[in-house]
Amino acid sequence: MNLSILRAGFLTSVQDLGRAGWRASGVSVGGALDAFALRVANLLVGNQESAAGLEIALGNFRAQFHDDRLVAWCGGEFDVRIGSTILAAGHVAALRAGEELVINQSKIGSRAWLAISGGIDVPLVLGSRSTDLRANFGGLDGRALRDGDEIPLRNHPRSATAATVQRIFPWSAPREWSSTAKQNPVLRVVRGKDVDLFDESVFEIFLSERFVVHADSDRMGVRLEGAELRRQENVDLVSEAVAPGTIQVPPSGNPILLLGDCQTIGGYPKIAHVITVDLSLAAQLRPGDRFRFQEISLDDAHELLLDREKDFVRFKVGLQLQSR
Amino acid sequence: MEISALGDCAVVLRVVENSAEDADKALEAVLKTRQQIETAQIPGVIEVAPAYTTVAVFFDPLRAGAAGAFIEKIRAALKTKWRRTRSASPREIEIPVCYDREFALDLDHVAQTANLNSDEIARRHAEASYRVSCVGFMPGFPYLSGLPRELATPRRDTPRTKIPAGSVAIGGAQTGIYPFESPGGWNVIGRTPQRLFDAQRTEPALLRAGDRVRFRPVTRAEFDNWRE
Repeated sequence: MNLSILRAGFLTSVQDLGRAGWRASGVSVGGALDAFALRVANLLVGNQESAAGLEIALGNFRAQFHDDRLVAWCGGEFDVRIGSTILAAGHVAALRAGEELVINQSKIGSRAWLAISGGIDVPLVLGSRSTDLRANFGGLDGRALRDGDEIPLRNHPRSATAATVQRIFPWSAPREWSSTAKQNPVLRVVRGKDVDLFDESVFEIFLSERFVVHADSDRMGVRLEGAELRRQENVDLVSEAVAPGTIQVPPSGNPILLLGDCQTIGGYPKIAHVITVDLSLAAQLRPGDRFRFQEISLDDAHELLLDREKDFVRFKVGLQLQSR
Repeated sequence: MEISALGDCAVVLRVVENSAEDADKALEAVLKTRQQIETAQIPGVIEVAPAYTTVAVFFDPLRAGAAGAFIEKIRAALKTKWRRTRSASPREIEIPVCYDREFALDLDHVAQTANLNSDEIARRHAEASYRVSCVGFMPGFPYLSGLPRELATPRRDTPRTKIPAGSVAIGGAQTGIYPFESPGGWNVIGRTPQRLFDAQRTEPALLRAGDRVRFRPVTRAEFDNWRE
């Protein structure tokens, strides 16, 4: 059965956990900019963690279901409704055939990840269902969704349970996982590979100043304004790998925080890298937002990631017990 | 070999200090390192991505184990013998290019910089032989070394907002091909009708690091009638 897109919104695309293994061919990892949020939403509706869902930027989205489905979403502070019922982040709702799901604009944050039981049934391209919006492949015909699109959904044994009497299920995901947008967030970073190319005082400024998100930001990267991070000598570096989370500094001194659709290699010096756990915060930044960075050690970054994963596994086991 | 962290899910191995002196030697060393790491099948490694002088190893910290032990495994892999396999020996690939005025948006600028006429620029560009140093920036974009020194042209001060797909361009001492329409700062001197990247192909990128490349000049009519 299809999902009918009545209003596609500002930028909605099919995404899963991304396309690993093709960097040597210049292919971005892509995928949900907050892959963890999509994993949580998928678990809530009984999907595989890697099922494809929708990434919805800035809301203004409306879709109609043609069979019974479970839905859940995680992300910014969006107003999401099924008829007059509000569906909070990290909760599960049963939708019946013919009903509509509406995602209004967000109060804080910029993106939401919507999981639908069964998952979105588009072909795997290079091992992923994610849309590569720059090279136009994957997802739905390699493009963002448009009004009137019909999105194929996979059949799902659990869909039948949506015919249950309850609208909103009693269980939910931890709030810190499902509602990731914050006002004036602090993004934790580890030292950049090229931090030594900057004066120590410049790195201190980087850590103490607040940055503002520039309007010219997208799934490739977030352009920042604030302190200008100048180098003594602006020698070009030989291009090498960059990754989501990398903060590179062009000669202008205004840093760019790279996100999932970033290029595979770049030549600007890398002053810092946002830790993987905090990519959830990075994915919520929108033009005008103010935030700052805080340095932590690489060991701490790994520990935070491992701890979150342990909690995730416990959550998964708990869900399986509850929904049995 | 210097190994440094690129965030919490990747490390960068500095294989050579500078590729400018001997691009071929740097490329061989990078490809060797890449193969050593891939062959070692170190648990937790997701993928290995070569660049000019470095090789990046992307890993999953949840499967890679303690950071120190993981780095030791990489160091051990770098000591293994490298056997040149068939896939590692360079392929020779010819790419048709039309240097027609309509496509060559910056040919005059390159000609001025080089103090040569534009026909001469096209002739020299097509006569040289190139190697793919790496593929990156966007899917299938080859960074080619081997540009004749006199054709080197600095990137445009203001990047173009739209460079058409297939554009063959010069950026500093390098030349490359834009597989997709994109903003970009390189000087466009021609266009190829060949598809550089097709996600439906078994090997989606036409070119890979190490390939030898030659450009074959084609007329506008050949460009228009070109079929893969």
